Amino acid sequence: MFGTTGLFNELQRIQREMEEVFGSTPWANGIRSSNTGFPPVNVGTTADEVDVYFFAPGVNPESWDISIQNNVLSVAGERRVIREEGASYYRKERFDGEFRRTFSLPDDIDAEKVDANYKDGVLHVRLQRKESSKPRQIKVN
Amino acid sequence: MTDKTELATKNETDIKPVAKQSEPSIRPAVDIFEDESGITLHADMPGISRDRLNVKVEGETLTIDGDAQIPVPEGMEPLYADVRATHYQRSFTLSSEMDTDKVEASLNHGVLTLRIPKREEHKPRKIEVKVG
Repeated sequence: MFGTTGLFNELQRIQREMEEVFGSTPWANGIRSSNTGFPPVNVGTTADEVDVYFFAPGVNPESWDISIQNNVLSVAGERRVIREEGASYYRKERFDGEFRRTFSLPDDIDAEKVDANYKDGVLHVRLQRKESSKPRQIKVN
Repeated sequence: MTDKTELATKNETDIKPVAKQSEPSIRPAVDIFEDESGITLHADMPGISRDRLNVKVEGETLTIDGDAQIPVPEGMEPLYADVRATHYQRSFTLSSEMDTDKVEASLNHGVLTLRIPKREEHKPRKIEVKVG
């Protein structure tokens, strides 16, 4: 399925999509952005918050290292795949090791109001927008 | 889309209308290894809880599938997505020495572990030699 060319095209496609999304302000592709390919990430927004989902099954919960500095969200962790010695392996497709993904955040994120929840192998990071930047209904008299 | 389905499609005649596009599904990454007593499979299925997972054996085909459940706030607009489907599916063909009645499954932080033991009757048989 993934010949050398196919995989390369796929990577290019992902990069292109990343650029489409993060290449424009406020989601600029920050100089500190990094991507190990694992875990896959989805990002969604509402008027109140930005939600980032990391599809990272089997991560040691104690290894999660989530931080925000200079408006960059950094998420790191470790997944160790235990290999059985003496067994014959037919497939080894799963990611093994340490990973880190970083994202430049929109300017209106309140770094004090962030929570993260790891459930069924999905890390959900919720970032609240600052009160002042939320859309406000203006009444017409 | 499993390998099996693709094979089936190739055997169909040209007259048949194009099949309706099925729901896109994710093929979970797996590790599979064998030791003396059986085969172990680990599959990455983030977002899958116990009650949304299906493991079934039909004939000699083992299928794992399920739908991920992701908590999404109301009115959320997608901004970027590596993962574009919530349905997982993958099939494997087993061989006859596998004891499909004794498959054990467990789920931990979105990783499915399956243990498929080998049948007991596959022990070597001793043959007596008569001296005439």
